Amino acid sequence: MEKKEFHIIAETGIHARPATMLVQAASKFASDINIEFNGKSVNLKSIMGVMSLGVGQGADVTITADGDDAAEAIVAISDTMTKEGLAE
Amino acid sequence: MVKTIKGIAASDGIATAEAYLLVQPDLSFDKKSISDADAEVSRLKDAIATSDAELTKIRDVAKESLGEEEAQVFDAHKMILADPEFTGAIEQEIKDQTVNAEQALDDVSKNFIAIFEGMTDNPYMQERAADVRDVTKRVMAHLLGVELPNPSLIDHEVIIVAHDLTPSDTAQLNKKYVKGFVTDIGGRTAHSAIMARSLELPAVVGTNTITGDVKDGQTVILDGLNGAAIIDPSDEDIKKYDKMAKDFAAQKAEWEKLKNEATVTADGKHFDIAANIGTPDDLDGVIANGAEGIGLYRTEFLYMQSDELPTEDDQFEAYKKVLEGMKGKPVVVRTMDIGGDKHLPYLPLPEEMNPFLGYRAIRISLDRQEIFRTQLRALLRASAFGQLRIMFPMIGTLAEFRSAKKIFEEEKAKLVEKGVEVSDHIQLGMMMEVPAAAVLADQFAKEVDFFSIGTNDLIQYTMAADRGNEHVSYLYQPYNPSILRLVKHVIDSAHAEGKWAGMCGEAAGDNIMVPLLLGMGLDEYSMSATSVLRVRSLMKKLSTADLKELADRAVNESITNEDNKKLVESYINK
Repeated sequence: MEKKEFHIIAETGIHARPATMLVQAASKFASDINIEFNGKSVNLKSIMGVMSLGVGQGADVTITADGDDAAEAIVAISDTMTKEGLAE
Repeated sequence: MVKTIKGIAASDGIATAEAYLLVQPDLSFDKKSISDADAEVSRLKDAIATSDAELTKIRDVAKESLGEEEAQVFDAHKMILADPEFTGAIEQEIKDQTVNAEQALDDVSKNFIAIFEGMTDNPYMQERAADVRDVTKRVMAHLLGVELPNPSLIDHEVIIVAHDLTPSDTAQLNKKYVKGFVTDIGGRTAHSAIMARSLELPAVVGTNTITGDVKDGQTVILDGLNGAAIIDPSDEDIKKYDKMAKDFAAQKAEWEKLKNEATVTADGKHFDIAANIGTPDDLDGVIANGAEGIGLYRTEFLYMQSDELPTEDDQFEAYKKVLEGMKGKPVVVRTMDIGGDKHLPYLPLPEEMNPFLGYRAIRISLDRQEIFRTQLRALLRASAFGQLRIMFPMIGTLAEFRSAKKIFEEEKAKLVEKGVEVSDHIQLGMMMEVPAAAVLADQFAKEVDFFSIGTNDLIQYTMAADRGNEHVSYLYQPYNPSILRLVKHVIDSAHAEGKWAGMCGEAAGDNIMVPLLLGMGLDEYSMSATSVLRVRSLMKKLSTADLKELADRAVNESITNEDNKKLVESYINK
């Protein structure tokens, strides 16, 4: 299982467009991918799940990936985080 | 059977096409207990697959006709349909509760809507509730076997028939095939009417009954000149209206010759005719109609067409495009005028008893300064690309104007310090639409660079009559001497301080009002682009010397709106 932590710097947190981008990135992989925040963990391939977490600015989130392509998935998600200005 | 439905003529022109009913179908259903859960799940899956295919099609069409931005909302809808947490929960509900798919869909969707709407501190999430609602409606329609109107999929010429048209309805229309609008409610100042004029399409509003009178696919002649819709016209009707359409086109061609001429009265006085726009896309119409500037750029469409606050860069690009497109001619940009009847899904405003008297326009801008400052920075950066003028909406007190100006100066100083190129000749003005400000125009004139009179609001506030309320529509009286006195005071006050005064409401292009305004010496007339040439042609025939006397009589001697209408009509017919 691969794991990585992110510190969210985006002023509006993980909302509309960036959330969509994260879900799209995660959905390209076969691994089970989850995002954990505030003791709650949801499927990163679920837009409703991700948005219902309500991740705001300054939050620390953990992404976990479990499966054959877990390592690649974490790299792709990190890229999306940076590109969307969500995390550094 | 030929049927003629009367309404209010809201936008000039004549069109004949099939009716397209833009009305919401009945999506009510009964809760049922089911025995075969697998069959119910497969019904659900079919409805989801059909909805998904439909959304793909809508998205592709929307992308082509409306652009990437507008199409993105349909991508968001597709993601919800593909969401394992959403569809999985519905399937689970069918199995656990042994209910029909309609009931399960309704339960799960209500749950998510409640979660999103509960995030009151996060407007972006609250907005997701609307997406869930839209998607649920689509799937529900397929489960029930009823058809949802999909205006973005229209692929032949139609006349849109609706109860009312909201900005989001019109945003989804494929304008290539829309030949006109006809609605149950609304007046000349309704969104649908303004939209129709900016698209140069005929429109008839306020028919009360049109959605019940016409069926999908029936032929309709829309007479935007006289305010009528003719359903199932006879061959004779079609011939008659063809001739009217040709005559109208001929008159337009006559006006067209004035396109590159300046606006000059019979006695050689020059006035400026400018156009009102909502988006940079309206520039084509402004240029095609030979306007001498833009007298009102309604920036709120930038906010309304987006699903989050438009960024400084997005705004900068839009303003720059307009300023460059006008090639040095003046462009008056009105800062955000949200509130009243205009709402943003991502910026929830408090529920108000009287939204038009409430938290709107400059009142929001001065309170939520981060939004205002972003807009001013974008404007300042764009000022290097043309002749920018900025005006603030709904100014009621001098303190408000001074605060807005101070914020403007602060943002300007910050940009200059950073070395950003900013024009030093940006005029700062205000809308004259609050009676308190109009009465005190002589004081305001010392501090502003210009006034632009917004007649719709000025009339509604002076007459204390909601402009959208049909029961009091008789109080919409632009020629009432009370209104004219305010207008004259505003113009005189501007001139006493060497400033200019314009008008950007509907009245600026009105055949009765224009002679009166010329008589009062109004400097700038800003109107729908389609009215520019008609008014230029009218002004060419008028002489300001006579009109001064006419205006004096209208202001000092007349008692009623009707008096003044007759006064001007008898003068013109002479």
